[in-house]
Amino acid sequence: MIPAAFEYHTPSTIGEATALLAKLGDDAKVLSGGQSLIPLMKLRLASPAHLVDINGIPGLSGIREADGFLRIGALTRESELEESEVVRSRYPLLHDTSKVIADPLVRNLATVGGNLAHGDPANDHPATMLALGAEIVAVGPKGERRVPIASFFTGPFATSLRPDEILVEIRIPSPPARSGGAYLKLERKVGDFATAAVAAQVTIGANGACEHVGIGLTNVGLTPIKATKAEAALKGKAPDEAAIKRAAELAAEASEPSADLRGSVEYKKDLVRVLTARALRKAVERAGSRR
Amino acid sequence: MLVKLSVNGEKHEANVEPRLLLVHMIREVLRLTGTHIGCDTTHCGACTILVDGQPVKSCTMFAVQAQGKQLMTVEGLEQNGKLHPLQEGFMAEHGLQCGYCTPGMLMTSYAFLKKHPKPSEDDIRWAISGNLCRCTGYVNIVKAVQHAAAAISQGGA
Amino acid sequence: MALRTSPEVGGMGHSIKRKEDPRFIRGKGTYVDDVQLPGMLYLDIVRSPHAHAKIVKIDAAKAMAVPGVLAVITGQDLAKYNLHWMPTLMSDTQMVLPVEKVMYQAQEVAAVLATSRYAAADGAAAVEVQYDPLPVVVDPKKALEPGAPVLRTDKKDKKDNHIWHWEWGDKGATDRAFGEAAVTVKEDIYLPRIHVASIETCGCVAHFDRVNDKLTVWMTTQAPHAIRTVFALVAGHVGLAEHKIRIISPDIGGGFGGKVPVYPGYVIAVAASVLTGKPVKWIEDRMENLQADSFARDYHITAELAAKKDGTLTALRIKTLADHGYTDAAANPSKFPAGLFHVCTGSYDLKAAHVEVDGAYTNKPPGGIAYRCSFRVTEAVHTIERMVDLMAHQLNIDPADFRMKNFVKPEQFPYKSALGWEYDSGNYGGALKKAMDTIGYADLRREQAEKRKRGQLMGIGISSFTEIVGAGPSKHFDILGLKMFDSCEIRVHPTGKAIARFGTKSQGQGHETTYAQILAEELGIPAQDIQVEEGDTDTAPYGLGTYASRSTPVAGAAAAVAARKVRDKARKIAAYLLEVAEDDLVWEPGKFSVKGAPSKSKTIQDIAFAAYTNHPQGMEAGLEAVSYYDPPNLTYPFGSYICVVDIDSGTGEVKVRRFVAIDDCGNIINPMIVQGQVHGGLTMGLAPALYEEISYDEIGNVRGGSFIDYLVPTAVETPKWETGHTVTPSPHHPLGAKGVGESATVGAPAAIANAVVDALWYLGVRHIDIPITPAKVWKLLREKGVTE
Repeated sequence: MIPAAFEYHTPSTIGEATALLAKLGDDAKVLSGGQSLIPLMKLRLASPAHLVDINGIPGLSGIREADGFLRIGALTRESELEESEVVRSRYPLLHDTSKVIADPLVRNLATVGGNLAHGDPANDHPATMLALGAEIVAVGPKGERRVPIASFFTGPFATSLRPDEILVEIRIPSPPARSGGAYLKLERKVGDFATAAVAAQVTIGANGACEHVGIGLTNVGLTPIKATKAEAALKGKAPDEAAIKRAAELAAEASEPSADLRGSVEYKKDLVRVLTARALRKAVERAGSRR
Repeated sequence: MLVKLSVNGEKHEANVEPRLLLVHMIREVLRLTGTHIGCDTTHCGACTILVDGQPVKSCTMFAVQAQGKQLMTVEGLEQNGKLHPLQEGFMAEHGLQCGYCTPGMLMTSYAFLKKHPKPSEDDIRWAISGNLCRCTGYVNIVKAVQHAAAAISQGGA
Repeated sequence: MALRTSPEVGGMGHSIKRKEDPRFIRGKGTYVDDVQLPGMLYLDIVRSPHAHAKIVKIDAAKAMAVPGVLAVITGQDLAKYNLHWMPTLMSDTQMVLPVEKVMYQAQEVAAVLATSRYAAADGAAAVEVQYDPLPVVVDPKKALEPGAPVLRTDKKDKKDNHIWHWEWGDKGATDRAFGEAAVTVKEDIYLPRIHVASIETCGCVAHFDRVNDKLTVWMTTQAPHAIRTVFALVAGHVGLAEHKIRIISPDIGGGFGGKVPVYPGYVIAVAASVLTGKPVKWIEDRMENLQADSFARDYHITAELAAKKDGTLTALRIKTLADHGYTDAAANPSKFPAGLFHVCTGSYDLKAAHVEVDGAYTNKPPGGIAYRCSFRVTEAVHTIERMVDLMAHQLNIDPADFRMKNFVKPEQFPYKSALGWEYDSGNYGGALKKAMDTIGYADLRREQAEKRKRGQLMGIGISSFTEIVGAGPSKHFDILGLKMFDSCEIRVHPTGKAIARFGTKSQGQGHETTYAQILAEELGIPAQDIQVEEGDTDTAPYGLGTYASRSTPVAGAAAAVAARKVRDKARKIAAYLLEVAEDDLVWEPGKFSVKGAPSKSKTIQDIAFAAYTNHPQGMEAGLEAVSYYDPPNLTYPFGSYICVVDIDSGTGEVKVRRFVAIDDCGNIINPMIVQGQVHGGLTMGLAPALYEEISYDEIGNVRGGSFIDYLVPTAVETPKWETGHTVTPSPHHPLGAKGVGESATVGAPAAIANAVVDALWYLGVRHIDIPITPAKVWKLLREKGVTE
């Protein structure tokens, strides 16, 4: 499997990169981790005439908490996320997610930004970021703008990034006390995309009710899905078994999977129900241990 | 495009097409054939090498992306005629059969043990889950990595 | 078996380290893609997107314009030399490149020859082919219905898609037994298409040397000698004579049966090299490997089992439809179109059995190879082990007790099965008992009962398989007329070191080590002092190759016999040197000594030196021998496996919690290697049981044609196998050995499937076809009203 020929560009600043993208238009693709793009190119399902490699641009990598956000540079590798102490201790949902993306070798190159910018509903970060209420920082020739994650995914493999924009950072609001999250993914084997996966994030208030609920669904629709009705059903309620079950049913209703080798529509919808309930239970349990 | 990189401590440069896959540069330009190819879709890990210390699938990287990087392949494990404890471990525990996945397994395990010198069996299984082996059933690969971990902790390398 | 040699000598029973490992752990193996010759050209193949279509036009103009592209080769080009079709191992015919139409998706349509791998790929992408789609036949049942489109229009008299009908056994007696039976069970069992997916794909470097008129082909083949003969027979008319063909099978990155057939790519590469006089490399990629190389299984089985009221099994009746794709390119011995499927009475003392198999053509790739098993033996084992389990559950008898009751008993060996096989030796109850003791069977049954009360799904599955390997006796076994012997040639050098060459070819089994151990056992020469070579037809003696677990049973026996010939001559030399009669000498591994005077002795090394420096007058110098071993019978390895599964009632996931495998492969050459073979075999049993399948949609589009959907298990899915063995030597093999490489692949799927059904039987589940995916289990659970 040999990719078609292309021209290779190595901008050293964001400005250079966005200028190149503006000039080259649809003929260009941004190369970050390459772990989705290069396989597509080898299969010749993608044959961009130009690759704009942003790996040489300084400052696009790193994880830090600042200004009430967890700020993740777009070029941060999944393995960095997996090994990050702050992620492990304060963002269990994100930590869970980082461990089940593709396989350990792929995670050494794959980037958080790429996982989102690819717009693939089967990728794992989109659901997680939906549950966490993240925002995307994009830079284009006209400057920087922030996009709430809920309006980022516009269609299958499509995002609200403009062709001349580069995703530079992901910002996740730092969770208050008594928050917890979990990502549960059913995959046929390591390295597979999810048959279905559910990201759940909750914050429990002093009265024991859910102050905040975020639920994101992976690979059960044409885009990543934010299960808003399920979130609303649980919000303000004590996360007891009945409330969790109700939310899980609503999440299943929100899913729009299609049948494939991984399973039927019915199976996937039911998986969403089962995994949502389990993820919520785990999230609540974790919230309880994080006062 | 001129690519300069270092492999196993030796400097190399070559003029290559941007689309040349790193694995093809290693195997066909530099003639280091210990790194193998087993799939087209970034699943098998037979092509695993280290780039700046990180194990990656060299079939899913262009040679031009390795510009200025330090690479290590299976040929770099043996130092001054002394096998690495992982190589010893794979032989001692029968961690290989046809040998095709072995270089990739070795490179993944090498980087893994640097970060996790005292891994559990489960840790090892997850660590090598990006490398497929069709012959061994993995049990002895796990033992081989444990063997090496023990040897390294006793000052083997 | 007691050890007869020291660890330094390393004969049978020693877990010596492998002699092939030092090169592999350094990355210094030589696999076919590592062969790089000056001026080498590269071949890439254009493949069909359609499962059945007429080729209207192949336009090579754009491809020829790609820099580096030298030629686009089509079926028309090969037809000029009558090389566009080739025979299959089952005497059917297969296209090398099509002239009129394609018969399956991913079939070779044209080949591009170029100066680099990248140029060849660009050229292949630029070839424009115009197709006229034809009706597609995917389902073999529909293929045999009246009015189905006839696929093999190349065969003038062919009016349907039926390839052959084959039956075996006493139909009358079997039908009578079913008529008299108190209990019968019947089940449809489908064993899907799977692929061996060795991590190294197939390929070759063909080099026709115009000066010496000699063709050398480095290729991924498990049977180099047979390939050489096939090449000579197929291409004799274009001037390739067998003495001018050299096949070199270098290090092979896994074979498992997938590297037995001759694929079109090899033939095109050879043709391209002969035509250009340049070396030509063809290496398939993974998708080509999965989509076009020989598949395994695809058996639609209907099985019935009969028993008396007390649970004594009486008869087995099987009807099977074999989907062969568009040609019968199975790798079976000539006389057995369904392989050794009629070993399907398994480990049980059945009085009557009858098997029928029909082969059908469909628009799928050809094959019918083994997937790490002797010819169709997994099909047989899976059927009988599922059926026995079904009957046990039906009668509400514990599946272990039920097996014990119906096993062929140790005193019945040699045992003639209802379908005519003569099982050499066995102790089936011994292996099952050991497996039960190891896993703690009674405790597990108690745990299962307790968990069931709580609604937790746990299953325990048994498989007590009998294999049939080591093909085979020349009376019945041949491939394309070549009898299935195998060979060993030994030369002992003056200083007591030796080289031994074989007609087989290791693909990871460790022949360089185990064959040396056999010779060490027989001659007392340390295994380290014996170089083992295989795979080069210019140097190795003729043999039929490595597949169907035949290396130890056949070539291993040849090694023993050749070594004994060497020993016979050594005895003569020793008698001469010690000035005693031959009968006065006693052999122990490594030396002859005089009876009653053990201090008077000559080592094998002394004798070897004398063979070149001081041999008796009238005797030829040298110390060497060759054996072409024709086995008197097949060998019948067996074992009992017990698997414990937990099932997630929410997701349908099956988790193998424990798996104990007790194997009996007779006497063991290298316990470490045997255990490694079992580990690998078990994993290739797990894979089709839970993960792997290649299927097709209704218009013949392949599903599971890359590692994205062809789910080779990783270390995470694979359980920690627990192994053990019993030893029941083969009475007819010179070493008492039986072969072990495939046992676990044959035996494991049934243990896993039986465990899953065991967990769900109380809900009314009777059978699940493999692979047992979470989606399938979930569907059954919801149908039975189980949910989370």
